[in-house]
Amino acid sequence: MAVQKLPLAKALNESLRKALETDPKVLIMGEDVGKLGGVFRVTDGLQKDFGEDRVIDTPLAESGIVGTAIGLALRGYRPVVEIQFDGFVFPAYDQIVTQLAKMHARSLGKIKLPVVIRIPYGGGIGAVEHHSESPEALFAHVAGLKVISPSNSSDAYWMLQQAIQSDDPVIFFEPKRRYWDKGEVDVDAIPGPLHKARVIRTGSDITLAAYGPMVKVCVEAAAAAAEEGKSLEVLDLRSMSPIDFDTVQTSVEKTGRLVVVHEAPVFYGSGAEIAARITERCFYHLEAPVLRVGGYHAPYPPARLEEEYLPGLDRVLDAVDRSLAY
Amino acid sequence: MTVESTAARKPRRSTKRVSAAKKPQSSEPQLVQLLTPEGERVEHPEYEIDLTPDELRGLYRDMVLTRRFDAEATALQRQGELGLWASLLGQEAAQIGSGRALRDDDYVFPTYREHGVAWCRGVDPTNLLGMFRGVNHGGWDPNTNNFHLYTIVIGSQTLHATGYAMGVAKDGADSAVIAYFGDGASSQGDVAESFTFSAVYNAPVVFFCQNNQWAISEPTEKQTRVPLYQRAQGYGFPGVRVDGNDVLACLAVTRSALERARRGEGPTLVEAFTYRMGAHTTSDDPTKYRADEERQAWEAKDPILRLRTYLENAGHADEAFFTSLDEESETLGKRVREAVRAMPDPDHLAIFENVYADGHALVDEERAQFIAYQASFAEEGN
Repeated sequence: MAVQKLPLAKALNESLRKALETDPKVLIMGEDVGKLGGVFRVTDGLQKDFGEDRVIDTPLAESGIVGTAIGLALRGYRPVVEIQFDGFVFPAYDQIVTQLAKMHARSLGKIKLPVVIRIPYGGGIGAVEHHSESPEALFAHVAGLKVISPSNSSDAYWMLQQAIQSDDPVIFFEPKRRYWDKGEVDVDAIPGPLHKARVIRTGSDITLAAYGPMVKVCVEAAAAAAEEGKSLEVLDLRSMSPIDFDTVQTSVEKTGRLVVVHEAPVFYGSGAEIAARITERCFYHLEAPVLRVGGYHAPYPPARLEEEYLPGLDRVLDAVDRSLAY
Repeated sequence: MTVESTAARKPRRSTKRVSAAKKPQSSEPQLVQLLTPEGERVEHPEYEIDLTPDELRGLYRDMVLTRRFDAEATALQRQGELGLWASLLGQEAAQIGSGRALRDDDYVFPTYREHGVAWCRGVDPTNLLGMFRGVNHGGWDPNTNNFHLYTIVIGSQTLHATGYAMGVAKDGADSAVIAYFGDGASSQGDVAESFTFSAVYNAPVVFFCQNNQWAISEPTEKQTRVPLYQRAQGYGFPGVRVDGNDVLACLAVTRSALERARRGEGPTLVEAFTYRMGAHTTSDDPTKYRADEERQAWEAKDPILRLRTYLENAGHADEAFFTSLDEESETLGKRVREAVRAMPDPDHLAIFENVYADGHALVDEERAQFIAYQASFAEEGN
């Protein structure tokens, strides 16, 4: 009974329900999160059960949503904010970067801001402009924020509750094209550390490191490569700030090769940070330069072009081949 | 009657447009005033105040000491002890009047110039200087005096105040929240959004705008085409313009707005019409953008002088009071001066402290690297 098979979105919904039940200070805030249950129904039924005082439909003003969430956190609440889509977070970017991220340091530790900002991110659902972006590096670059992304239902359930319990502000990126993927959730399990990477598949020839929506692609790539006799190890990083470099290092010391995969543009992306750090840590173990697979330095394209833009199986396997060719 | 040519009419029209753009506030609204610039007590039908001579002297003392503190900080900046200072000179009445209207359980969200409000809250003035000296980003615990840290990004704190007020309402508490900002901040989206949120959620918050006429070099005319207090109407809550150099009116109007918030009737916008007599900060040069005559005209409305006139004429204060206050001012100045000079630089490792509440692997790693790097010099020295 403790193990349920849930779509990722439903796992998030159950996680929020648990958080609202457990702690009366937890609040849900955002546009359309009440009666509608969010445009992806992640908050479905929560306002009905917990009331308008706990699940708050807000005006359409992202800076206002985050700014008032900061004020509520200062008053002792733990707001969980929904930003409707990745590309809509920018009106709130100032509040997140100049206030939310820095107030703990500014107050010499006197103020804690346990605010979670949920952002459905990434492409692959045929959406219009501003609905498919992957801005995680913009947040990971800012000290004071923690940035995480689940790739499956179990992590969705547990990581969100861990984020809500954290006294630090957490940017919680939800891989929207995985919302409908089902996975097992053990609601009685004891979750592992929030920022620890996980080895999804072991292998000996090359390490693939990914997070969020690209973990599934990498698992599929590893299965395809296995048919060609190549042994790929797949890591789900789970956290982009901090990054669990120890787990990546251990894997790369074994395989000697690393390919980092994400949807975000490669240029200045999280892959660049991982490549640089792992090159420092594993220089004498590396058989090839760390390669990156990701989006192009271009605006996210119209939906009819996203198949070309998003890293798919073939682009990951091409990078694997290039790495092995060294 | 002569027929004007088109050519003759055109410039007249354009002149009219230009003058309309320059003077949107041509019909100056009535200020709430209880003490004229000449120091005469006047009545207002909506805002009454009845203070004892002791309370009146208290307000005067607050304003004088705040001005003295501010002058000392300006001097310390000139002496190189502070990197920057944002003077409140001229805004003492707005800050002391509103600050003394607050109850202990009310919460204040200041911008970075509310030294007088901080004084009213009991924040030690020397604590305000740490950020200007560059030893911290705000050296007090906001919850000790219910006085939040200074916020430098213009208007951000109005949303924090609104959210906090939403929390107060959720808690069923009867305290109120006040957010300070300036005429320049009134142009910011965050201020507009805080008006929206506070109105929608009926939050117990008072927006206290000190319209000091200048946002660095930009006059209020560059921020608005209507008197600022009238903005509130569009959001569905009252706005009032008060003489910001009249401490009694500021006290009465703020008190009334706070009581309204406590009664669950939602936000109020108070526009304190005042004047920044000094520079925006010590980095600024107001002689480049405003006329001497303007400052002189406002000097005649000085908030401290007018209360002194009233105290003297009404026989509420004698020479001994003023002499004693002068001595107290000097003592404060000396204390501030000594405190700033004695303020130690923070420990080097403070860079890595309080970045996160729950810790962060990268911060730990970089702290360790920093310590090792610093230690390498010590080894070289040995």
